[in-house]
Amino acid sequence: MKKIADKVYVSQALERVEDSALLAGAGVFADDIAVGARTGHAAFLRSPHAHADINSIDIKTAEALDGVHAIVVGEDLRAWSRPFIVGVKQPMEHWCLAQDRVRYIGEPVAIVVAEDRYIAEDALALIEVDYTPLKAVVDPEIAILKDAPVLHEAVGSNLISERNFSYGDPEKAFRDADRIVSMKVRYPRNACTPIECFVVNADYDAAEDNYDVLANFQGPFSLLPVMALALNIPVNKLRLRTPPDSGGSFGVKQAIFPYIVALCLASRKAGRPVKWVEDRLEHLMAATSATNRVTEIEGAVTKDGELIGLCYRQLEDCGGYLRAPEPATLYRMHGNMTGAYKVQNLAIENRVVLTNKTPTGLNRGFGGPQVYFALERLMHKIAVELKLDPLEVIKRNLVEAKDMPYRTPSGALYDSGDYRKAVLEACKKGNLEALKKRRDQVRGAGGLYGIGYTAIVEPSISNMGYISTALTALEREKAGPKDGGAAMATVSVDALGSVSVTMDSTPQGQGHRTVAAQVVADVLGLKPADIRVDVTMDTAKDNWSISAGNYSSRFAGSVAGSVHLAAIEIRDKLKRMAQTSLNIAADKVSFSDGKFSDADNPDNAIQFRRLAGQAHWSPGLLPEGDVPGLRAASSWTMPELEAPDPEDRVNSSGAHGFVFDYCGVEIDRDTGRVRLDKYVTMHDAGRLLNPALVDGQVYGGFTQALGAALFEELSYTADGTFQAGSMAEYLIPTVAETPAPVILHMSSPSPFTPLGAKGVGEGNSMSTPVCLANAVADALGRDDIELPLKQSKVRDWIGIRETPPTSGGAVATPVADKDAITGRGELTIRLPVERVWDLLLDPENLEKAIPGCRELIVEGDHSYRADVSVAVGPVRGDIVALVKLSDLDPSKFLRLGGSADGPLGSSTGSGTILLTATGANGDATILHYDYSVSLSGKIAAVGGRLLGGAMKVLIKRFFERFIRIAAPETAPAGFPLFGWLENLLRAIGIKR
Amino acid sequence: MIEYGAADRVKVTLTVNNESLTGYASSRMLLSDFIRHELGLTGTHVGCEHGVCGACTIQIDGRPVRSCLMLAVQAEGREIQTVEGLSDKGTLNRLQQAFRSHHALQCGFCTSGILMSMTNLLNENPTPTDDEITDILSGHLCRCTGYVGIVKAVQSLVLENIARENGENA
Ligand code: FES
Ligand code: FES
Repeated sequence: MKKIADKVYVSQALERVEDSALLAGAGVFADDIAVGARTGHAAFLRSPHAHADINSIDIKTAEALDGVHAIVVGEDLRAWSRPFIVGVKQPMEHWCLAQDRVRYIGEPVAIVVAEDRYIAEDALALIEVDYTPLKAVVDPEIAILKDAPVLHEAVGSNLISERNFSYGDPEKAFRDADRIVSMKVRYPRNACTPIECFVVNADYDAAEDNYDVLANFQGPFSLLPVMALALNIPVNKLRLRTPPDSGGSFGVKQAIFPYIVALCLASRKAGRPVKWVEDRLEHLMAATSATNRVTEIEGAVTKDGELIGLCYRQLEDCGGYLRAPEPATLYRMHGNMTGAYKVQNLAIENRVVLTNKTPTGLNRGFGGPQVYFALERLMHKIAVELKLDPLEVIKRNLVEAKDMPYRTPSGALYDSGDYRKAVLEACKKGNLEALKKRRDQVRGAGGLYGIGYTAIVEPSISNMGYISTALTALEREKAGPKDGGAAMATVSVDALGSVSVTMDSTPQGQGHRTVAAQVVADVLGLKPADIRVDVTMDTAKDNWSISAGNYSSRFAGSVAGSVHLAAIEIRDKLKRMAQTSLNIAADKVSFSDGKFSDADNPDNAIQFRRLAGQAHWSPGLLPEGDVPGLRAASSWTMPELEAPDPEDRVNSSGAHGFVFDYCGVEIDRDTGRVRLDKYVTMHDAGRLLNPALVDGQVYGGFTQALGAALFEELSYTADGTFQAGSMAEYLIPTVAETPAPVILHMSSPSPFTPLGAKGVGEGNSMSTPVCLANAVADALGRDDIELPLKQSKVRDWIGIRETPPTSGGAVATPVADKDAITGRGELTIRLPVERVWDLLLDPENLEKAIPGCRELIVEGDHSYRADVSVAVGPVRGDIVALVKLSDLDPSKFLRLGGSADGPLGSSTGSGTILLTATGANGDATILHYDYSVSLSGKIAAVGGRLLGGAMKVLIKRFFERFIRIAAPETAPAGFPLFGWLENLLRAIGIKR
Repeated sequence: MIEYGAADRVKVTLTVNNESLTGYASSRMLLSDFIRHELGLTGTHVGCEHGVCGACTIQIDGRPVRSCLMLAVQAEGREIQTVEGLSDKGTLNRLQQAFRSHHALQCGFCTSGILMSMTNLLNENPTPTDDEITDILSGHLCRCTGYVGIVKAVQSLVLENIARENGENA
C-alpha cells in the first residue's frame, strides 16, 4: 500500500460544508438561477402512442397564439444537427425530436418556446399531429420473435447486438458437474427518480456559432462529444456549465443530454435563450429507466455446493432507442460477472433488444441489480436443490483473502478484501442466530417468515473502455484501444494563502465539497473550513476529460485521490521553497501547524501563508525549475484499467468493494404484504473518508433498493401504454415503509487508489433487491420470485384468490384487465323503451348529457364528433371524440364504437346498450350497458389508480344526466350514492 | 407583436417571512411559481407539482401547505413562512442545526419542505412521539437520505425539549 500522509480530518465524520446554505434555503439549484428578460420558456409535445408513424404536424394555430416565440419540429433539426451516434454498428437514427416515427410514449415530437411555461403548454394543445398508430411491442422476449413489429426498419430486427463469451472451460465444468441448477429471472424497469427534475438553460450565440448551456447534467462527460457531434459543431463550441447544487441524480441526470441538444436547437430557432424545466410526469414517462432484463442462468455445481461453472444468457431491453452510453448497463459488470465467487469457468451470451419503451440509461447500481438478481437467486436455488444452508453455499464459494488481488475469469482485478471474514463478522455482529430463532418462532406459530442472504462485489471507478467489450476484438482493433478513467482536480493557493479546490466530480448531493476539504486540509496542515471547494463545472475553463462526472462511484477512489495528489504537489513545492528560504537540506524540512521549519532548529521557520505570498509576489526567490504561482492540476488514472484484451477479458472497474447482506421478512398470509423485519448490511469499501457520508450513502441506497424490491415499477401495458406517470402511481418509499438497516463496516484499503478508498454508494442497489427476493423465496418455498414484491403478486404466490366485487344496481363495475378498462352497469328509467331509444339517438340530448361536452356535431349517419373537456386527477384537457353507432335494433340494442384524441392522449373504445321493457305496464325501461376502453398517453400514465373509477363515474354521470334530461321527475331515483360520489370525486380531483 | 408581461396580472399582497410584500401573478399562476420566480425566494422547491412529494411545503397562517396545490391569488392577504425565514441572518436555528449534525440531508432539495413541516409539528407539540414524527414525515419524499438522519435530528430536539420541560418543572 502507498504511504499516506499524516492525517487529522480524513476518516472523521465531519459535518458538511454544504449544509448551511441548503438548510437556509440558499442553495443554488439549476432552476434558481435567474435568466434574462428575453428568455423563452419551453414545453415539449410528446407522443401519446407507443409506436406510430407521424404523417403530419400542423403548428399554424399554435404559432399564432399570443406569446409564442417559436415552435420546433423534427424537420427543423435536419439543417442544424445530426442523429446521435450509437454504441453498436447498426443503421438506427435517434434524433432529439422524433422524425417520421415515434417509438415510445412520451417521445418528444415538438418544442414550443413561449413567453412563459403556461403559454407554452397552452400552445402544445393547439398543435395537431396526425399519427398512424402501429403495433407496439414491449416484452423483450416477444420483440425478438420473427413476426414482432420492428422499431427500426433499416436494422430489420429488434435485436441490435449479440455477443458470446467464454472464459476458462465452461463446457467441461457443465459436463463434470454433479448437478446443473438453472433458472430464468426477469428484472423489472425502475428508476431512481431524483426529487429535482431536469433543467436546461440554452443560449445560441449566432455571432460565434456557439451554444452556451447551463444544465443539471451529471456526466459522464464522454457525452459532451456525443452532444457536439449531434449539433454538428466542435466540442469547444458547446460550453456546458453545471449549477452549484443539484437535487439528486443517482445516474438519472445523465439522460438530460438529448434535451440539451434539443434546447440548443430551440434557442437557435427562437433567436433567444430558452429555459426548460422538466415536470414530474415528463420525468417518469420519458426521462430514462434502468434496463429491464431477462436472464437465464445456469450453475454447474458439485454435490457439496461448489460452483464450478456458470452460464448467463442475458436479454437486455434498452427501450425505443439505443441511447449513449448504452449498451453500457449490460457491460458495466462484465469483469465481475462471477460476483464474490471463485468459479473460473464462465459463459455469457449478451443480446440487446429494442422495444417501445423509454430509452434506458444510468441508474444507481447500473447493471449490478440485474446481474446479482440472477446470480444470487441462483445461489439460493443451488442451496435449496442440494438441501444445503444458503449461507454455507455462499461461504464455500467466496474468493479467498489470500488470493487478493484476484483475477476473475472475465478479467476484473479485485483489489482487496477478506470476504469470509466480513461474512462471519456480519453474522456475529448482526446476530443472525437471533434472526433464525425468530424465523422458527414465527413459522412455529403458522406464520410465513423467510431469511435471505446476498454476497456481492461492488465495482467502482469505471474503465472507460469496458463498453467496447460490446464490439468484437476486430472492431475494437480498428477503433483503437479504450481504457483508463482519468480524474482531475486543481488545488490553488492565492497570495494570502487561502486555498481553492476544483474537481471533475459534479456531485449531486453527496457532500464531495466536504470530503475534498478534509483531504486537502490534511495535506496542507490547514482546517477544512480554510479550504474553499467549488464543484460547478464549466467545460470552457475547467479541467475535464471524457471520464469526468458523477457516476460509477468514482469520487472516493479516484476524484478524492486526485485532489489528494494535487495537494501533495502544492505541499512539495512549498517544501522546496522552504528549503531555499530557510537554507536547509531537503530532508530537514518539517511541516506542521501551518509552518515549515528546520527539524533541527524549530525557530528557523516560515509560515505557509508567507511562502504562498512569495510564490506569487517573488518568483525570483523560487527554486530553480519551479514556476510562478501556486497551483497544481492533477490528472490521475489507474494503470490497472487496461483496454479489453483480444480474449474479451476486461478489468471493467478499478476498485471492488464487498457487500454481504441478510434480512428477515414476514409475509402476511391474508394481505400478501411483505414486511421487512430486519436488515443487516456489511460493507467493505476500503478506507472511509467520511464515515457519516458513507453511512448516508448506504441508508439512501438501501432505501431506493427497498423501493425497487417492494413497489417501484415503470409499468407498461402490452400495447406500450405507460402507467406510472405520477408519484401516486410510481411509489417510492416514505419513512413509514423504511426500517433502518443495521450497517456494519470492515476496511480493506484498496492498493490501487491514492487514498485506499473505494466506491460505496451503489452496493445496496445491487444487493438489497435480491436479498429480499431470497427471503421471500425462503418464506414461500418457491422459485419464481419477481420484483417488485407487490401485494397482489405475493397474494397470488400464497394462493389467495380475490373475490370479484358483486355487480348490480345502477353502479357500473369496472374491471381493469391487462389492456383495457371494461365495465358494465344497469339502470332503470321510468320511461317506455321507445322513448328512451329516441332520446339516445337525439344529438341535442346527447350533447347535454355528455359531461364536459361543448359541442356535438353530427358527421354522418349515426356518427358524431364531440368536443369535450375532461379532467382526471391532476390532468385536464380537451379531447375530440368520434363516435359511431352501429347494429341498431330499434328500441332494443345498439353498439357504440369510437376514438378520442387530444393532448391528454388517445383512446379507443366500444360498448353496447340493451333496452328491456319493465314495470307493470311496460312503462319503464331497464338499460343495460357495457364498455371497454383502451387509453394511451398522459391520461393513461397518471390514471392507473384513477381511470377505472373515473371511467365508471363519467359513464354513470352520462346516464344520470341523460335521465335527468329525459325524465326530470324521475331523477335522481336509482342513484342513492350520487351525492357521496360527487364529494369523493371532488376530493380526488376528478371533478371540480 | 410580442407583448412582454402581457399575461393577465393580478396584484397579490401578502406577508412573507414577516415582511409585507406585493407581487403580480397571472390568475392561474401556482403559488409555488409565484414564490420562486416572482418573489425570488427559491428556497421553496418543486418536485412533483401534484401534491405528493412535499418539497414545496410552506406555512400559511401557521399551517403547513403544499404551495404547488394553491394558486398565487389565493394567497392574497395571507401570512406565509418559507424556509428563508427560519434562520436568523445566516445563523441556523435549532432544527436546522440538528439536521446538520445528524446528516439529515444530502442534496437538500426535499429539505426545505421537511423543515417547514417539522417546524410546524414541533410548534404544535414540542415533544412528539416517534410515531407522530413518522406520521408527519411520511408526507414527504426524500430520495437521498433514507430518512434515518431526519428522524434522528427531530428526535434530538424532542429530547432537548423534554429535558427543558423537566428543567422548568423541577
Ligand atoms: S411539488 Fe408540491 S408536493 Fe411535490
Ligand atoms: S436530501 Fe435529496 S431528496 Fe432529500
